[in-house]
Amino acid sequence: MDVVGSVGSFTLDKVRGLGDFALFTGRSLAAVFATKRLGARVARAVYEQGFRCLPVILIVGTFTGLVLGLQGYYVLNRFGSEALLGVLVSLSLVREMAPVLAALMLVGQAGSALAAELGIQRNTEQIAALDTMGINSCGYLVTPRLLAALFVFPAQTALFVAVGLWGGSLSGSLLLGVDPGVYWSSVQRAVESEDVRECLLKAVTFGLLTVSICAYQGFHAHRIRGATGARAVSAATTKAVVISSIAVLAADYVITSFLI
Amino acid sequence: MTQPSETRSQTNRRTGNFLLEVNDLQKGFGGRAVLRGVSLSVPRGSLFTVLGPSGAGKSVLLKCLANIEEPDGGQVSFEGRTLDFRDASSRGSFLRRCSFLFQGNALFDSLTAFRNVSLPLEQTTSLGRGEIRARAVEALEQLELGDYADHYPGMLSGGMQKRLALARAIVTRPEMVFFDEPTAGLDPLRRNAVFAMIAKYQALVGFTALIVTHDIVEALVASDTVALLHQGEICFYGTPDEFASSPHPVVQSFRDSPAALRSTLDGLRRGEAASEQS
Repeated sequence: MDVVGSVGSFTLDKVRGLGDFALFTGRSLAAVFATKRLGARVARAVYEQGFRCLPVILIVGTFTGLVLGLQGYYVLNRFGSEALLGVLVSLSLVREMAPVLAALMLVGQAGSALAAELGIQRNTEQIAALDTMGINSCGYLVTPRLLAALFVFPAQTALFVAVGLWGGSLSGSLLLGVDPGVYWSSVQRAVESEDVRECLLKAVTFGLLTVSICAYQGFHAHRIRGATGARAVSAATTKAVVISSIAVLAADYVITSFLI
Repeated sequence: MTQPSETRSQTNRRTGNFLLEVNDLQKGFGGRAVLRGVSLSVPRGSLFTVLGPSGAGKSVLLKCLANIEEPDGGQVSFEGRTLDFRDASSRGSFLRRCSFLFQGNALFDSLTAFRNVSLPLEQTTSLGRGEIRARAVEALEQLELGDYADHYPGMLSGGMQKRLALARAIVTRPEMVFFDEPTAGLDPLRRNAVFAMIAKYQALVGFTALIVTHDIVEALVASDTVALLHQGEICFYGTPDEFASSPHPVVQSFRDSPAALRSTLDGLRRGEAASEQS
């Protein structure tokens, strides 16, 4: 009986949490129309999510392309189809790897920073101070980040694709001898507008999902059970990164299954 | 008719001119009642202090009034109108007329002193940039922080941070300011300075101040109305003079706590001396 009760209580808790998260995200998006001087804060969020994460996107994108080129070449070589290396690299990147890996990198860097920042602001009563001033704390702290994610995630994903393709050409053409003209022409022929649309749709979805999860966890760091102060911030940040990463992979599967 | 030597807040109290009225406020956490029906009336223009030992529910009372915590029951009226904190417009209009000074100041550490002070004006008013700038600079200069406008809170001393928090609280020209333990953790000299600062700007700007503290001496000297919160209930309400002569046992024990400590220590010392002699 206790087991049934525990399962019920756990389920209710999770459903309540999901409802609270949906309300939080909805309230933050609705605050677009109620928050003053949003432009400067959006620009700052674009800088934090975009510019600061640029090096990691460039590095991870390049190595992903290099590895794809290398692995792809040896697989295709078995069937005498090295000429299709561009197709393999470009479709892998555009359809799956770039949106997922770029989102995971952004969660690791910008998402964790966002959760920690909001957690500390909750801890030091800065969020309560905004509320007592009559300032919409969701609108002031979360809305700019969500709006920035709409630009930054697709832009970073596009950049990831570009450097990934270059990395694939580097390993395929420069190191393994695939003709560069053959590589780039197969890339051009393989990628269609539906692929690009799917890629951008995933990037926007992952952006909104991960930023709202990270913001929610940081914003409610005081609700973490069994932890207060710095430990609550640390727990909220860890939770934000873990849940966001799982959410990216789950959302990727759902979107792919609908669009494939 | 005004009595001779009566202050404005005393007149307001006598004539029932109250800015904030709290009636039967209740709040509990996890089945434990913290506020058990608190009722008090804050005269307009007064420096009103809620005294009480640690854990009496002072900060919870203030957080319920400032809408940081939602009360379980009771009524709060501002200027005679009952507030409905679930209604966003009622809550918003109340909060725009009040300010809250947190125990830990709650300054925005990523913003300069100037931006900390100008933020409430930027976000809650339709004033132009020039007017916002002028009012923020005026508030900083009133609190003698004009030269520190470009400094971040982390670069300021504890006393300056307290002043910056007060500058942010008064910049919106509130009718009421809530102070949560403004002297907690300060040495006696700084405690005096903070109370003097609050009294000075309360007189200068004219807001009604509601302070919660356990600093009995400063509270009695600086305030014009005092309430004592004990185990979630108000057990005394009156002037500092009435507090000083009240026969209520809880007031007496709170008021006489330094004397009680002295007598306990004397007893201990006498006991030690006697055991050494024997």
